[in-house]
Amino acid sequence: MDEKIPRREAINYLLGAGIGALGVATLFPVARYIIPPEASGLGSSSVAAAKIGELKPNEGKIFKFGNAPGILVLKPGGDPNSASSYAAFTAVCTHLNCTVQYRDDLKEIWCACHNGHFDLNGKVISGPPPEALREYRVAIKGDEIFVSSEEA
Amino acid sequence: MPGRSKVYEWFNTRADIDNILKFMKKKTVPHHRYSLWYYIGGMCLFLFIVQVVTGILLLLYYKPTAEAAFESVQYIMTEVPFGWLIRSVHSYAANLFIGFVFIHMFSVFLMKGYRKPRELTWVSGAFLLFIALGFGFSGYLLPWNQLAYLATNVGTNFAVMVPFVGEWLLEFMRGGPEVTGATLTRFFGFHVAVLPGICTVLLAAHIILIQRHGMSTPVSIEKEIETGKARRLEIPFFPNFLYRDMLGWTLALGLIILLSTLFPWELGEKADILKPAPPHVRPEWFFVFMYQTLKYVPKALGVFGFAVAGIIWIILPFMDGKSNRGERNRIFTIIGVAALLYIIIFTFIGYVAPGE
Repeated sequence: MDEKIPRREAINYLLGAGIGALGVATLFPVARYIIPPEASGLGSSSVAAAKIGELKPNEGKIFKFGNAPGILVLKPGGDPNSASSYAAFTAVCTHLNCTVQYRDDLKEIWCACHNGHFDLNGKVISGPPPEALREYRVAIKGDEIFVSSEEA
Repeated sequence: MPGRSKVYEWFNTRADIDNILKFMKKKTVPHHRYSLWYYIGGMCLFLFIVQVVTGILLLLYYKPTAEAAFESVQYIMTEVPFGWLIRSVHSYAANLFIGFVFIHMFSVFLMKGYRKPRELTWVSGAFLLFIALGFGFSGYLLPWNQLAYLATNVGTNFAVMVPFVGEWLLEFMRGGPEVTGATLTRFFGFHVAVLPGICTVLLAAHIILIQRHGMSTPVSIEKEIETGKARRLEIPFFPNFLYRDMLGWTLALGLIILLSTLFPWELGEKADILKPAPPHVRPEWFFVFMYQTLKYVPKALGVFGFAVAGIIWIILPFMDGKSNRGERNRIFTIIGVAALLYIIIFTFIGYVAPGE
């Protein structure tokens, strides 16, 4: 009970704790500073990806979805006025984040980086991509085709 | 001392210049059939200095934002007097620098120059290689062209595979979840402030260690000297070795300026999020062997494999007991040659393999 901490040890402890606290107080704002604040939520907002008539059947288009590219495809033989004729996905390849493109000769979505092929449901057909492209929901309002990130 | 100016004596009294001159007069370099490889390190240093000088010059006109970066490089290439030369020299010298850093590393490895007491020189050199690759990766994005935008998407995407802090690291590098103007501004900061700062400290340590140890003589030459098959030959560093160094630097600078004049470095087209990756797209040549590997093995395995290989490569000197005892170690020679062949073959495949 009566064990005494030597004065020097106590002072060293207080000094160390003080320096440690100062370090944390300095580093915390720095650590927070280097990650930017969330951009105004893209959440489930939708973008006008194209106008009706812009795409012919068996044609694809890359559009800007927030800060990332998306891809809109009018399926071969599809009716340009029907939302179900379109398919929209993220255009960011699931392998190494390259931007994919539509190949009208193959009727597939294709990534040039490592020759990854996806079908028009976003599923991987061949190549190294580990998973399917995330699909977006397509809706038609007036003469514009809207794509939203809500579950398709 | 007689014959010396008052100015010299004034400085000598305060900074002991005699002592520095004594060290410089004493400094020698071993001379044998592998001596040529001793010049590669100095070549790296020279090219690094070229990068510092041309980099500072580019800073006078470059603007690190998504809106202005491409246009500012275009301005440097087309409007600024000799801007095309300065930027082309910066790009060519950067690539030559990385090439010589690789040659330097493999020549040191194969001659077992890392063996005791030079382990720390090797480790500092390994970290300098990572810094050099970081310079290459961050600098590549700065002109904000389409290929750089795609390459940065691919390169930063690997960050998510780091356990526990992957997502944080990705956002730290990109300045957000995606590659945007925020990434460009950040990479600019890494390229001109963070990396040069770290590099200066590491480079100073690397060079001071080399001065304290002198150049390493390969085990095979040491054996020949021991058995009397060869004599120990040395040449003075000042001026004999330095003059030979400078000859190489002059040739390198001549080559860089020749290439810059005949084939000024391309700018490409401005980064556009709406453009897909073109066929045969690939990163800078010194990343191609890793990029090509990921075509054949699952991403996680490939990245994990390269991470482990990189760590082993750094700590290898501590595992080479034989060389440390001054014995020849053929297994380590085979490891070095295998690593070199792997890099060469996969780089080659990356350039000639059909894209589809």
